[in-house]
Amino acid sequence: MAEANYSPLPIEQRRPLSPHIQIYRWSATMVVSIFHRATGVALYVGTLLLTVYLLAAAGGGVAFADVSRFFGSLIGQVILFGYTFALMLHVCGGLRHAVWEAARGFEPGARNALAWGSLIGAVVLTALAWAGAYLL
Amino acid sequence: MPKPDSIVQTPRARVKYLGVARSGTETLWAIRLTSFALLPLTIAFVVIVAMLGKADLASARALLGAPLVAILMILFVLASVWHMAEGMRSVIADYIRHQHMRELALMANFCFAAGVGLVCVFAVLRLSFVQ
Repeated sequence: MAEANYSPLPIEQRRPLSPHIQIYRWSATMVVSIFHRATGVALYVGTLLLTVYLLAAAGGGVAFADVSRFFGSLIGQVILFGYTFALMLHVCGGLRHAVWEAARGFEPGARNALAWGSLIGAVVLTALAWAGAYLL
Repeated sequence: MPKPDSIVQTPRARVKYLGVARSGTETLWAIRLTSFALLPLTIAFVVIVAMLGKADLASARALLGAPLVAILMILFVLASVWHMAEGMRSVIADYIRHQHMRELALMANFCFAAGVGLVCVFAVLRLSFVQ
C-alpha cells in the first residue's frame, strides 16, 4: 500500500499490491496485534504518570499532596486502571510474541489460543495487581 | 575482484534502499533484549506501585529510597525508555510518510524517551540520597 499513491503509472499498469486490512475477515490474532501496538503507544504516554509521581515524591509535601489527590480521585483511578490493563496486555502480548518468535504456535488452534490466552491473562493479572494494591 | 556487496547490489540500488540490506537487525534485537529484561522488572514495578498505593509522603520516600527498590526502579525506567523509544521508532517509520515530518518525529521520540528516563532516574536518586 505504501508506494501506491506515488506511482506515476495509470492504475491498470501498476504492479499488484498485497491486500490491506479491509479485505480480511477479522480474526483474534489481528485484534491482539493492533492492541499490542495501541497499548505500546498508550504506555509510552503513560510513563508521564510515573514521572509526575516520582518528581512529586522527590519534590515535597505540596506537590505530593496534589498528585496523591489526583491519583486517588475517580478520574485518576480510572486512568491508573487503564494504565495497569494496558501494561498487562502489553506484557502478555510480549509473551505471545516470544512464543511466535521461537517459531511455535502458528497452527489455527494454537494461534487463536495464544491470542485469547493473552487477553484473559491480562484481565487476570490486572485483577491480581489491583487486589494486591488494596490488600497491601 | 569486486567486493561481495557490489555484486548483489548496484550503487544506485544501495542509495534507493533496494536489495540486501545487510544490517537492521539491531532494532529487533534491542526490542527482544529489553522485553526480556522488562518481564521481571515489570513484575517488580507493579509490586512496588501496589505497595505505594496508600502511602503518605514519608512512607513513599522511605520505600522508594530503599536501595533494592531504587535499583529496581532505575533498571525498570532505563529498560522501559529504551524499549519504548525503539517501539515508537517503528510506529513512526510505519505511519509517517513525509520525510521531514518523520525525521522531526524521530527526534521528538528520542528527546521524549531520554527526558523521561533522565527525570525519573534523577527523582529516584534524589529520593535515595537527599531526604
